[in-house]
Amino acid sequence: MSNFFLPAATLWQRELVRFWRQKSRVLGVVASPLVFWLLMGYGSNDLGRYYSGALVLTVMFSAIFSTISIIEDRREGFLLSMLVSPAPRGSLVLGKILGSATLAWIQGLIFLAFAPLAGVSIRPLELVPVVAAIFLISFTLTGLGFAIAWRMESTSGFHAIMNLLLVPMWMVSGSLFPMATAHGWVKAIMWINPLTYSIALLNHTLRLPNASPGALTSLVVTAAFGLALLAASGLMAAQKATHSAA
Amino acid sequence: MIQVENLTHRYGDRTALADVSFEVRKGEIFGLLGPNGGGKSTLFRILSTMMAPNSGRAAIAGHDVVREAAAVRRQVGVVFQTQSLDKALTVEENLRAQGHLHGLSGALLGERMARAMERLGLADRRKDLVETLSGGLRRRVEIAKALLHHPLVLLMDEASTGLDPAARRDLSRHIESLREQEGVTILLTTHILEEADRCDRLVLLHQGAIVAQGSPRELRSSIGGDVVVLETNEAESLAGRIEQRFGVRPAALEGRVRVEIPNGHRFITEVVEAFPGAIESVGLHKPTLEDVFVRETGANIE
Repeated sequence: MSNFFLPAATLWQRELVRFWRQKSRVLGVVASPLVFWLLMGYGSNDLGRYYSGALVLTVMFSAIFSTISIIEDRREGFLLSMLVSPAPRGSLVLGKILGSATLAWIQGLIFLAFAPLAGVSIRPLELVPVVAAIFLISFTLTGLGFAIAWRMESTSGFHAIMNLLLVPMWMVSGSLFPMATAHGWVKAIMWINPLTYSIALLNHTLRLPNASPGALTSLVVTAAFGLALLAASGLMAAQKATHSAA
Repeated sequence: MIQVENLTHRYGDRTALADVSFEVRKGEIFGLLGPNGGGKSTLFRILSTMMAPNSGRAAIAGHDVVREAAAVRRQVGVVFQTQSLDKALTVEENLRAQGHLHGLSGALLGERMARAMERLGLADRRKDLVETLSGGLRRRVEIAKALLHHPLVLLMDEASTGLDPAARRDLSRHIESLREQEGVTILLTTHILEEADRCDRLVLLHQGAIVAQGSPRELRSSIGGDVVVLETNEAESLAGRIEQRFGVRPAALEGRVRVEIPNGHRFITEVVEAFPGAIESVGLHKPTLEDVFVRETGANIE
């Protein structure tokens, strides 16, 4: 047991220590969604409408920054020695994803501090599901980042995927416009987009409008997507390489 | 301790390893010498369990590197050419994380860390962030890290690349004492001749194949006598004329003619008189591993 959890715990801790020593990273991740939100929000005179979308964007940026480091780290960095250690690959994947998810979560919580501006007023106890939802979304998006980054040979490839897949995914997730008013085919994409359920989950817990699909569906889909990505990442990491990278 | 049998590996069309076989005995310092792209790194990746070969097999301490990768990983310490330290962490934190990856913890890990740091002269730097350390010190942290789990075998990939001569000598002193005091078997890849010269035995790799193997002394003495190097503007033609006249087999390479010959000093006077004006400069030396490599492959190492 300790041979599984000890490596995972040490990787998780490493992410936190690194993060603490590079606090300027927080600013970079939180600032751009914040500016974006304030501009869109004040511009449309409706700060509440874009709040959950901007929070998810913060989490997504953090998840991307943390997992993109895998690509370099594997060629020149700590990941190299992980790959030749006897620690189970599953435990390495779990540690990395949980560590990065924790960072994304912390940054999501920083963004949460701006909730009063969005007109969100919830009692302290109601914060618990909000905080839990942000963690779940962080975990899911980090899993997505990991699954993409693991096979990548270069960071530029990741940037391309970010622009062609992740950002559009975010745009049609209910972050910018509600599903109810979307055109037929966009609506169809929104139905199958896992991020739609993340945004809805957040809207449910924050009691913001546009909370659709339902709370339970959103929770189940987000969690299932996260676990599926964790499993996929674990399987990919366990495969033997026959090519030069890793 | 290490058996390599008929290893072959290709990246697409390019053959990186062609039927390579050798054996490393317990407690040896064994070198893989060759130019970049010669197959050393591929061999290193296979032995360190990072990659499976197309065919052939390799075993460390009796465990197959593909089928029993986990067992191999417990017995092997790996020092990479590129850095495998976390620069944002301190020396101590890097070592602790590494210990955890090997399932070490608590007082035992503390002891091992203290010992490894002492052994490599890092005790007073343990609280320093890795990013503040020099290249030579970082390399020593890498080695300390690779030793925590008391491996039987240490694999080092181009360990002295990028180090200045003093740091390089310092590193080989540490490697030597590891072998003496801990009985660790060491396999290192290098393209640096003086490093190869300090190995007990080595193989010369060129284009994925072994072109020569033995102890540095054996390899050097396979060249009888001296090596005379003539710098010239007409290497090919001069080599041909020397061959005709002296009945030796000179090698022409990059503006130089290289001749292996007993009593080189006598040959020099004769050759300079025989071809006045054709020779820019003359050099004489005892055979080096580079000479062996040039003779076997017709190419330079560096």
